[in-house]
Amino acid sequence: MRFTGSKTYVATDDLRLAVNAAITLGRPLLIKGEPGTGKTRLAEEVARGLGMPLLEWHIKSTTKAQQGLYEYDAVSRLRDSQLGDPKVQDIANYIVPGMLWQAFVSETPVVLLIDEIDKADIEFPNDLLRELDRMEFYVYETRQLIKAKQRPLVFITSNNEKDLPDAFLRRCFFHYIRFPDKGTMEQIVEVHYPGIKKALLKEALEAFFAVREVPGLKKKPSTSELLDWLKLLLAEDIPPEALRTDDRKSIIPPLHGALLKNEQDVHLFERLVFMSRRGA
Amino acid sequence: MLTNFFFTLKEHQVPVSIPEYLTLLEALKSDVIGPNIDEFYLLARSALVKDETHFDKFDRAFAAFYKGVEAATGPGHEIPLDWLQKQAELNLSPEEKALVESLGGWEELMKRFRERLEEQKGRHEGGNKWIGTAGKSPFGAYGYNPEGIRIGQDKSRNRSAVKVWDAREFRNLDGDVELGTRNMKVALRRLRRFAREGAADELDLDGTIDKTARNAGYLDLQLRPERHNAVKVLLLLDIGGSMDEHSRLCSELFSAARSEFKHLQFYYFHNCVYDFVWNDNRRRHGERTSTWDLMHRFNADYRLIFVGDATMSPFEILRPGGSLEYMNDDAGADWLKRLTSVYQRSIWLNPTPEPDWGYHYTINVVRELLGGRMFPLTLDGLERGMKALTRKGSAR
Repeated sequence: MRFTGSKTYVATDDLRLAVNAAITLGRPLLIKGEPGTGKTRLAEEVARGLGMPLLEWHIKSTTKAQQGLYEYDAVSRLRDSQLGDPKVQDIANYIVPGMLWQAFVSETPVVLLIDEIDKADIEFPNDLLRELDRMEFYVYETRQLIKAKQRPLVFITSNNEKDLPDAFLRRCFFHYIRFPDKGTMEQIVEVHYPGIKKALLKEALEAFFAVREVPGLKKKPSTSELLDWLKLLLAEDIPPEALRTDDRKSIIPPLHGALLKNEQDVHLFERLVFMSRRGA
Repeated sequence: MLTNFFFTLKEHQVPVSIPEYLTLLEALKSDVIGPNIDEFYLLARSALVKDETHFDKFDRAFAAFYKGVEAATGPGHEIPLDWLQKQAELNLSPEEKALVESLGGWEELMKRFRERLEEQKGRHEGGNKWIGTAGKSPFGAYGYNPEGIRIGQDKSRNRSAVKVWDAREFRNLDGDVELGTRNMKVALRRLRRFAREGAADELDLDGTIDKTARNAGYLDLQLRPERHNAVKVLLLLDIGGSMDEHSRLCSELFSAARSEFKHLQFYYFHNCVYDFVWNDNRRRHGERTSTWDLMHRFNADYRLIFVGDATMSPFEILRPGGSLEYMNDDAGADWLKRLTSVYQRSIWLNPTPEPDWGYHYTINVVRELLGGRMFPLTLDGLERGMKALTRKGSAR
């Protein structure tokens, strides 16, 4: 079982190696990187590439580790007791399995994505140590041990909003997705928009990396923003000449709203452009 | 052979542990990679290093291990660049300052310095040309910065992995302020005060059973709001002067506190609190907040944390007019008394090591004023401080 990238996802050598090491040893893989560099997409692509079902667990600030294991639905049980439903005798009827449970009991190995783990409370990763290490947990209500039939492939993404505890990190493989260089970027674009006009792509990439170089931007545009922008350029049928940055009149790239998502950034950008035009 | 590698990593202060090392060996045993040094580098990095801020240290250690030579410098000290710059400015004579200005100011000079560094790397000159041309003590000091000086020799022109770790592409990630704040956050957690406020969306099981029983067995659901951390913190930070050497520790504390407390207010003061505090150091003379306003705006629910070294001349705290910056009508001690009487839960965190406190008269004065509630800015001190903050003090 080896992951080799896919038609719709460009995986660099180091990324492939990290994924394959995690697959071979059955360890969770922790992925970090700038927003928009394809952290979440990776799990989807691995699942598709290996033909395994994907279970996604999206973490919010209010998510508790327990919710990934199971939840006890007390309200339904109370209601059923009201109606005299015989189901009420068995507490197991009211245990709702969470994502980890579903991944553990699956007959075929699955890919489990724990998305944006840093959004949760600071103790959240600590509450999952044993579950991810031993791939088992105990259900107190039914006195039942849930053990993984097949070790799932666990992908965890983080945006670095909080530090993760050392004990948690020790159990993971780690990969940091670097921002792609121009060559990789061309491949990525080719995968998404095959046959895009060479001239347009070249000009667009140059303009894109130039925008990324602007000092002081709050949010640098990333791969996903570039792809959106190219889609717009294609839809509007913008000629490549319009993107050329040495042309002083049209120095602000058209449709730049797709690249800069913050009005302060747009202001900053326009001011810099204005200054450089005056200087010219 | 790999045991040496493990210890090389340890020497370079890469945080590695034995289970991780065993994982790496297990991966090698199960033939995840072929006999290829580039792949080994990638595998070892993903198995042993769990934070991109340590990639630079790992690269240096790997280079050292690979070449069998020690990297030219040890693990770099982490000194914030802006502090260094300021320090350098302080040490310059007026003529030197004029020279700096004639070269286009600090920004320009730093830019040139970087360019020169790039140039040197490109041409493989062993000489330290940049020191010769722009040589001034600040640049020497700049050498402490891990970003600056030691760059491996890019011998090979092709993109082999040797170049990857020699290039140390992650070097400016090292020394992020967030580094090591987790421990502080955990210590600050002690201060959490849970309170139920906001929308009722959690089932209150006991309440429901109670109400249902009273309702003759007819189900009556009771909901209650979820518990949130509702502690309110007012942070007053000493800034400038003797605090410069503690700036890193303080920014770590600040960044930990900011992500831990939802209700956090912070203001700055210099040496001791007088009539005014301010919120933004760049506009400290323009946008000041009167300390009276501060006490009126934030009620006594707030917990007050001072951060400062409390090292000053006794006049600054005991005499009216003692402030270094203007004529204050009331002595600093009076202001501290006022603040601590409004905020019954207050502590002072001091970055100076605790054993040295006895040597500074004013530290003891401030400590007295706070009813002994002064703690060192260490993890242990933070824990004790947070504990003290949960009780009301006998403020005097």
